[in-house]
Amino acid sequence: MKTITTPFTKEDALSLKAGDQVLLTGTIYTGRDAAHKRLVALIQENKPLPFDVKDQIIYYVGPTPAKPGHVFGSGGPTTSGRMDAYAPTMLSLGLRGMIGKGYRNQDVKDAMIQYSGVYFGAIGGAGAYIGKCVESCEMIAFEDLGPEAIRRLVVKDFPLTVIIDAQGHDLYDIGRKQYLGGKKDE
Amino acid sequence: MKIIKNETIIQEVKRLCQEANYALPQDVYQALRHAYETEDSKLSKQTLEVLNQNAQIAQETCSPICQDTGMACVFVEIGQDVYVDGSLSEAIHEGVRQGYEAGYLRKSVVDDPMFDRVNTQDNTPAIINYDIVEGDQLKIIVAPKGFGSENMSQVKMLKPSDGVEGVKDFVLKVINDAGPNACPPMVVGVGIGGSFDRVTLLAKKAMLREIGSHHPDPRYCDLENELLEKINQTGIGPAGYGGKTTALSLNIETYPTHIAGMPVAVSICCHVARHKEVIL
Repeated sequence: MKTITTPFTKEDALSLKAGDQVLLTGTIYTGRDAAHKRLVALIQENKPLPFDVKDQIIYYVGPTPAKPGHVFGSGGPTTSGRMDAYAPTMLSLGLRGMIGKGYRNQDVKDAMIQYSGVYFGAIGGAGAYIGKCVESCEMIAFEDLGPEAIRRLVVKDFPLTVIIDAQGHDLYDIGRKQYLGGKKDE
Repeated sequence: MKIIKNETIIQEVKRLCQEANYALPQDVYQALRHAYETEDSKLSKQTLEVLNQNAQIAQETCSPICQDTGMACVFVEIGQDVYVDGSLSEAIHEGVRQGYEAGYLRKSVVDDPMFDRVNTQDNTPAIINYDIVEGDQLKIIVAPKGFGSENMSQVKMLKPSDGVEGVKDFVLKVINDAGPNACPPMVVGVGIGGSFDRVTLLAKKAMLREIGSHHPDPRYCDLENELLEKINQTGIGPAGYGGKTTALSLNIETYPTHIAGMPVAVSICCHVARHKEVIL
């Protein structure tokens, strides 16, 4: 299995193919619906973002509160399609990776090809399991949004699968066709 | 007549909110284990193994199975000989408020749905459905519902002439639309009949019915089996990566309907089909 780290460069992105399984170690940022809405509003107003998105990875997640003595709660991926309206803008600023689950639209795929971005899938519903990969968590913006605030996470060996690669290949199409075609990935 | 204290209801709802979010129901857990044994693609088997481990970690550490600890859907069956000392609805909302705070569960409710969308910070209000029944018991089912899968549920007012084929086509369309978004393997509830509002409630109740249970009418029982088989031939598979196990179960609930109509609703849940109940 491949290991990837952040910053996640264009070269790193281009080396991955849909269906690759990777372990991610490093710093990533959380962000979902309400945070993206604010980020894109800041961009439109030419105001600075709370973090530099270039060569970074955003994880679409709204975690549960951490219990006392823990750094993080449960945190599996949320449905990425709700961020489709904002993702091309983020990619155009150099965002290199997105982690979530579910379909992306053609505009996002086109932007991923144009700007060499990668869409990773984390396993939906595995919140407790994934939460254990988080080593530190720091609130960096929009604290009033509660679970939707932007957090900086340090993760270790976060298991991911490349869903859509920087060439636009989509595991959701490929995996299903391969399975139905009787080709078992032994 | 039985008198039930307001405080008892608060404490029970508080407990159920936490337990439902930490522990998968036994039938779902067993269905996941069974799916793992029978799945034949490598990536799907790995995914199911992670989901099994996830459920174990959550239960052992009292952590939420999924970070989307849901909107608290509460189904109440109240016997007509029960007297609640105080407001029953307020007690339920208070139980949700306390359970989500004390259980370190995510607060996922916004007040105004369109304009303001400000988080209420305590996961209230709950969505409460009441049924008045005979007797002197109060049954409360807490079923926290995540919206990754809820967003993929659909309703359609079919024509009687659409027949059973129309129902099958619609169910499979909903499953294909949902695909990886609904965190497969899914648990599917289908409502047929009633009215526009009733059919969605039927679908949700079907979704909460025990895995492996069947509609009493053998024709609907056969349809449950056939639809589940067809869903598991779509190839969507666990996490949508391609595989056999797209759904763990499909249950149907029915109700009489109007001569002009045949409403159908499909309620989709991910594998985290949470529900806990108490009878007071």
